[in-house]
Amino acid sequence: MSNRRLVADWLGPLVVFGALAFVPQLGFSIPKVFDQPISSPGTLALLGACLLFGGLALTYDIQFGYTGLLSFGHALYIALGVYLSNIAITDWHWSFWPSILFTMAVAVVVATILGYVSLRVGGIAFAMVTLAFAQAGAVLALKDPHHWTHGEEGLGADYTKLPKALVGIVNTKNLYWLTLAFVAAVFFVVRWTVDSSPGRIWQAIRENERRVEVLGLRPHAYKLQSFVLSSTLAAAGGIVYMLLYSGSTLAVTQPNFTLTLLLMVVIGGAGSRWGAVLGGILYTYLNNRLVAVGSSSTVQGLPHVLRTPLEQPLFLLGVVFILIVVFMPGGLAGLAVRGRVSGLRRIEAAIRPEAEGT
Amino acid sequence: MSTFLLLTVTGVGLAAMYFLIASGLSLIYGLMGVLNFAHGAFITVGSYGTRWTSAHVFDGVHSALWRWLLSTLLGLICGGVFAALVELILIRPLYARHIEQVLVTVGLQLAFVALVSGIWGPDPKTFVVPAWLHRTTDLGGAHIPNDRWIEIATAAVVLGLLQLFLRRTRYGLIIRAGVENRAMVQALGIDVRKAFTLVFAIGGVAAAIAGVLSGVYFNVVGPEQGTSLLIFAFIVVVIGGLGSIGGSAVAAFVVAIVQQYTNYYASAGLGDMIVVLLLGVVLLVRPRGFAGAVVGARA
Repeated sequence: MSNRRLVADWLGPLVVFGALAFVPQLGFSIPKVFDQPISSPGTLALLGACLLFGGLALTYDIQFGYTGLLSFGHALYIALGVYLSNIAITDWHWSFWPSILFTMAVAVVVATILGYVSLRVGGIAFAMVTLAFAQAGAVLALKDPHHWTHGEEGLGADYTKLPKALVGIVNTKNLYWLTLAFVAAVFFVVRWTVDSSPGRIWQAIRENERRVEVLGLRPHAYKLQSFVLSSTLAAAGGIVYMLLYSGSTLAVTQPNFTLTLLLMVVIGGAGSRWGAVLGGILYTYLNNRLVAVGSSSTVQGLPHVLRTPLEQPLFLLGVVFILIVVFMPGGLAGLAVRGRVSGLRRIEAAIRPEAEGT
Repeated sequence: MSTFLLLTVTGVGLAAMYFLIASGLSLIYGLMGVLNFAHGAFITVGSYGTRWTSAHVFDGVHSALWRWLLSTLLGLICGGVFAALVELILIRPLYARHIEQVLVTVGLQLAFVALVSGIWGPDPKTFVVPAWLHRTTDLGGAHIPNDRWIEIATAAVVLGLLQLFLRRTRYGLIIRAGVENRAMVQALGIDVRKAFTLVFAIGGVAAAIAGVLSGVYFNVVGPEQGTSLLIFAFIVVVIGGLGSIGGSAVAAFVVAIVQQYTNYYASAGLGDMIVVLLLGVVLLVRPRGFAGAVVGARA
């Protein structure tokens, strides 16, 4: 490995994540950007959410950006992490670590079974099938046949069973570090796997699946690897989500939750590690801050026709997303690699229906 | 027995809505390879368009029936025009870039739901229909709400008209040929892009009808209603076989009936799960769906 790649791929990210670890120690505040000082629990919780979604977006990018699998059901695995860990702790009164290990084991099994079935079809049909499985999970969490999830009420975590360092508002900085550790871990796992030999085959499948088959390899097995890795990391992110918000709510089970991850990845740049992470961070930050902008006196003073759309963060983000898809398919990361094919353009071949040919 | 009859007719009523949504999705996918998420928005345009025109355009009309019919007609026109505009403005410039086309419709759907909740509020609103629709007709001892008959009849008429259009007209021929092999149609010098706008408009009108009927069926319209119907329509399209209207009709019937029976005889919510299971089984046994059209296979 050349020195330059060593710096770009491993040392650079280490320095960035290392620097982010010092954020809770910063004593000053940035007016306009954050309402409260940086070291305050409110700001740290927002930054934690940004980092968490950066990590979750990156788990989605493993199958979408690197393997060309357009799933509309990634939320299922995040929800599995969010709910199952909490159910084990709160409903079954298990202790913390067994609950975590059990959740991860179940995530691997569920992802393998559902991935095996849904990967029998490709392209758009795969998207619909994953959407249907996720919908089944959402219905299960809502109807709550065993009185585990508490349906629409949501399930607050039994904090006596959680590690002391992760409970309470004074420990927000620990939760921030937890989310940072999560995004860094996902980042390095992705860095390592996409450069391994299976990872290279994932990318080959994205570019041209038929050619991989002709080489005598079975794309189904490699797609399943990518799907299971992506889903398992998503479940781990779900556990972090449960700890950060100290409970589980139905929002994570909704199909729209997967769609927001898709928005994050595309805005940042599909098939790019920094792109997906930045997309997740930026989206979460804007989604949070645009609410404040919408209720600001400037917007409230506008006529009704202008005010209503500006009060809806998801409307604004949806419009930004459409503009990026149409005019900047490489996403933000595409700006850094001008001239080369990037982002959505590289996934194109993987979604194309058969009638189009190669 | 009377419960069984009521469940069956209600199930067929639900199937009617699934079919109206799935037929457009299936045609659009078959012809253009676009999974149209914005179909949820077309449903919403139909239901909210009808509700709005009923209150603001036709508020002078005294007969409740005429008021409902006129506003529905306007709602359907809105759905068709909106869908055609989506195709012209957002889909056409991204010609042959499938993933971008799909993602644009996803973004449109999300933004549209947010906009509708911004304007009319996130909560479902009551949907005013002629009183007759809320009365019941006795059939074999079962009290069946009258709106079910309207839903079933509408879907049957739409199915008939679509089949006539596809089999007997020149544009129908072009669409059928395009679903089979688009490159060949283009090679014969036919501008297939006009057919794209046309299938979007047809799909938009059918989805708008489903939107109005869902307002009648549930008594309310809400910003999220389109999305939840859309998911079952996706399942119907995959089971029925992409690109096939007949397959969609059969699959809509099977899915809705299975869902109704299971939700009533087993437990509420289980029906939705069974439908997903059914989808899994169909994919394992017959990845191309009932009608055998190509499902998501790719080069």
